[in-house]
Amino acid sequence: MNQRSSNLLDEALGLDEVIEPWPLRGQVVAIEDQVETSGSFVLHHLLKRSLSPNSSNVTIFIAFSQPFSHYDRILRKLGCNLVSQRDNSRFFFFDMLKLQCPDGDEGITPEGGLIALYGKIHKTISALPEISWKNVSIIIDDLSLMEVAANGSSDYVLDFLHYCRTLTSEFDCSLITLNHEDIYSSEDRPTFFIQMEYLADILIKAEPLATGLATDVHGQLTVSNKGRNKVSNFHFKVKENVVECFYPGRS
Amino acid sequence: MAAAKTRTSTFSRNLSTAAPSHGPGLKCGPNGTVFLSSGIPDLDKILGGGFPLGSLVMVMEDAEAPHHMLLLRNFMAQGLVLGQHLLYSSPARDPRGFLGTLPSPAASKDDKSRERDPDQEKGLRIAWQYKKYFGENQLDGQRDGKHEYSNEFDLRKPLERHFINGPRIDCVSIQDCPDLSTLRDRCATFLSQFPRNDGSISCAGRIAIQSFCAPQRAYSNMEWDMLSFIRSLKSMVRSSNSVAIITFPPSLLSPSFCKRWQHMADTLLSVKAIQDEDKELAQLLTGYQDMVGFLNVHKVARINTQVPVILEATTFSIKLQKRRYLVLECLNQAPVDGSSGTSYGTSGGCSSSSKTGNLDF
Repeated sequence: MNQRSSNLLDEALGLDEVIEPWPLRGQVVAIEDQVETSGSFVLHHLLKRSLSPNSSNVTIFIAFSQPFSHYDRILRKLGCNLVSQRDNSRFFFFDMLKLQCPDGDEGITPEGGLIALYGKIHKTISALPEISWKNVSIIIDDLSLMEVAANGSSDYVLDFLHYCRTLTSEFDCSLITLNHEDIYSSEDRPTFFIQMEYLADILIKAEPLATGLATDVHGQLTVSNKGRNKVSNFHFKVKENVVECFYPGRS
Repeated sequence: MAAAKTRTSTFSRNLSTAAPSHGPGLKCGPNGTVFLSSGIPDLDKILGGGFPLGSLVMVMEDAEAPHHMLLLRNFMAQGLVLGQHLLYSSPARDPRGFLGTLPSPAASKDDKSRERDPDQEKGLRIAWQYKKYFGENQLDGQRDGKHEYSNEFDLRKPLERHFINGPRIDCVSIQDCPDLSTLRDRCATFLSQFPRNDGSISCAGRIAIQSFCAPQRAYSNMEWDMLSFIRSLKSMVRSSNSVAIITFPPSLLSPSFCKRWQHMADTLLSVKAIQDEDKELAQLLTGYQDMVGFLNVHKVARINTQVPVILEATTFSIKLQKRRYLVLECLNQAPVDGSSGTSYGTSGGCSSSSKTGNLDF
């Protein structure tokens, strides 16, 4: 059933047993995907887990990619109501679709825009009751679009990520990001990407199967958990209301 | 929104949206999406209905052949014929000239004669081709009711003048834009006519940007500016009842930026020319003279859902039926014999040995 089929992914992340206090606190989780295989479903799954009724987790979602309605519909099918979570102050949605930082002409520099965003996050967390500080997740969808919003100044984006990293130590938050690996693998100096991989405590890679596309298996996930010194690899199939994970050859 | 403040369960039935009726050229899709037609019925079928409103379609061009123009023409003509608004942008000095090449809908009596060429070996229906015929029969049956949504276009007949001279068309030449902010503003003005709200949709818009590439004056940070243009266009389109299609030459972009553009697209297509020198293909294919190129479907829009679309086939041959109607067909392996008269094609790669009837594996 629901609990059982996501178990491989939850197991690899440490989410299969107790989720209160939030097992990913203080950790940076980086999800990587490609054009052929999207990793957004991992993001949705983590969002659902973090907003589970069994936990008191608060999630701040920074959306560069899709509007609220998109996530609302998807999470609803997964069994999570974002609107009521938002009303109950467990879910904060920052719509960054229109954020654009031009090169300083209009007074908003790329650096300035991102600093303002960081300030907003910090303020939101500080406004929470202190008891919730240990259970905050910050989710960013996705980093490549943050670079575009910053007009290509990936240094500022890296700085922003480092600031967020300080949040993971100051408030014990977890930081979950999505990025597209195939953009950087074609670059000469993929500094930004390598830095991100270095920062991450848990790396989740969504890739197509070596044999190509299939209707029964949508791809493979490789989860590298540095803290537990464990690497897991398994296949997945994404459905509307669940993600099925299984070892190759089984279903 | 007057939603109940306290919801006790996570599920609530949304009674207010019981199949709202939309204007012409629109039909409801799954997950609360609304489709409009691409202008190519075969492509609509492949994509599961059409292009969803609020999505960005990107087409990767092939420098050797202008097949992306076929897609654009049908897309634009479809919108005009159904009363939808259009914004067209191209690098040409006078984009309006292109409007004269838009096709007209085929007269309905032609539809009957547009049946696939009756196969001589109707009696020799082999099992593995059965599926192809089955799907075809279903499509023909639905054809009559579909003119409100999509049309078959006759590429040899130009669109009537009154469609082109209407007030619903706006054209922008990229040459006129000192930088992309002018184009962005024009798009913003255009899209403000179709804001998205929860009611029924009276009118939809289409944006067609042809051969999007750098403006004449190249400057530093240009690649990022183009990317941020696409991003702002996409977010404007998301919150409006419209579809934007951008064609671009991938060879003019660095590989890394090309990937970024591909990730931006909701629906990603590419067109490829058929190599002229490949005369062996002519021996192995029937209907080769009608085949003008290949269309690849790399990504299908996933709005409001996380389930990916896995197509049975992603490469299709672009054919001009009777040199008039654009059709897309699956590629099929030719039978080992290779000399039958039935219309099967083979993908370009497997024709290295040329003797008919002598295939090496």
